[in-house]
Amino acid sequence: MMALYLRDLKLATRAGGGALTGILFFLAVVAVVPFGLGPDLKLLARVGPAMLWIGALLASLLGLDRLFQAEREDGALDVMLMQETPLVLVVFVKCLAHWTASGLPLVLISPLLGLFLNMEPAAILATMLTLLAGTPAITLIGAMGAAVAVALPRGGLLVSILVLPLVVPVLIFGVSAAYAAVEDPAPFLPPFLILIAISLFFAVIGPAAAAVALRASSE
Amino acid sequence: MRERSLAIRSFTDLANPTRFVALAGRLLPWLASLTVLLFAIGLTLCFTTAADYQQGETVRIMYIHVPAAWLAMMGYTVMAASALGTLVWRHPLADVAAKCAAPIGAGFTALALVTGSLWGKPMWGTWWVWDARLTSFFILFLMYLGLIALNRAMDDAGRAAKVAAVLILVGFVNIPIIKFSVDWWNTLHQPASVLRLGGSAIDPEFRRPLLVMALAFTCLFFTLHLAAMRTEIWRRRIAAMRRQAARGAASA
Repeated sequence: MMALYLRDLKLATRAGGGALTGILFFLAVVAVVPFGLGPDLKLLARVGPAMLWIGALLASLLGLDRLFQAEREDGALDVMLMQETPLVLVVFVKCLAHWTASGLPLVLISPLLGLFLNMEPAAILATMLTLLAGTPAITLIGAMGAAVAVALPRGGLLVSILVLPLVVPVLIFGVSAAYAAVEDPAPFLPPFLILIAISLFFAVIGPAAAAVALRASSE
Repeated sequence: MRERSLAIRSFTDLANPTRFVALAGRLLPWLASLTVLLFAIGLTLCFTTAADYQQGETVRIMYIHVPAAWLAMMGYTVMAASALGTLVWRHPLADVAAKCAAPIGAGFTALALVTGSLWGKPMWGTWWVWDARLTSFFILFLMYLGLIALNRAMDDAGRAAKVAAVLILVGFVNIPIIKFSVDWWNTLHQPASVLRLGGSAIDPEFRRPLLVMALAFTCLFFTLHLAAMRTEIWRRRIAAMRRQAARGAASA
């Protein structure tokens, strides 16, 4: 399992891997926001957490359809299906590697982008925390979409459409927790705990569903 | 003799598509006429009952809106049950049922969204609010459309059904969220008033047409679903025959 984790991590960070593309895309989305809204610093500070969340969501959807596609093409997927290790576990480890390679950098770079958007330190910290708790859920839900995409002759965009409705709760609670940290009356903890609960819930459901879909599509 | 062999004795006998088509053919005229009858009664009731003292004539929108919303959720439940049938029992008709329920469910969802929006403009003063019930219902609509797109993107019907079944089951999480969204969150959409613990809170004057319309919509759903399933079975059969003919022509 450790070997698989390291292998996926290496593949993702090498030249041609998707990790860097995700960060650049995140950067580009956030850079576009001031052009769309106008460079009003107060307004930017207010929409900042939401923009960071939407950017991170789109950036993590970007690389998802490749999660199993490359293995499918070079035949490694068939080996994974045949070996004795439970497929659910394999999928989970692959998700973990994918998150470390593409989700974690998004979290780490978000404070810098927060400065671009004129956010307060507390808001930046809160957004970073919620992203840390929420992006695993996006990857785990996306694994399901990626497993479905394996069966498609031309997956790609369809994956994002299928996954997007399911990630909406993550976005809702992530953004509301980030805002609760800044605006006084709303408490921070309840939405944050729900966000963590969603991540844990999909840590169980996501890999299991992805494994079923992979088996179904390889028959 | 042929009739006897096609008799349906248990639920598993329905697995034979020929038997199913025969049964559907016999049931469809009855179901269709029942639907028309119920709609005739329901619509008459809709337009003859009193208008609400506060909402005025717009209360009549509810007789379409509420049944459509119920049926949209039931459509997804039917799909989820079929998906379970596909994955667990590998029932050959389950994937046909799931595939055919999707467009019908999407239609009812769209109807509920549009009528709700029409009612919202005079009552709430806005076409759309991002509250929990409306948002979760909109997500349901998106999921229906995504599943239809998924079914269309794949050539192999059997594989498409299995993959779609996984997504249907995961998406089923949304159904309880829709149902209880008005209780869990403080929403603009009013809480449940017909089906709830402690009896219905709605006046019989309004409840009677609502229930008749709900029955009519249910019959409409099953009529459309049966007809769509029969069409889908025929379509698959024609595709198989064409393939066979092409193979025969190629080898000859």
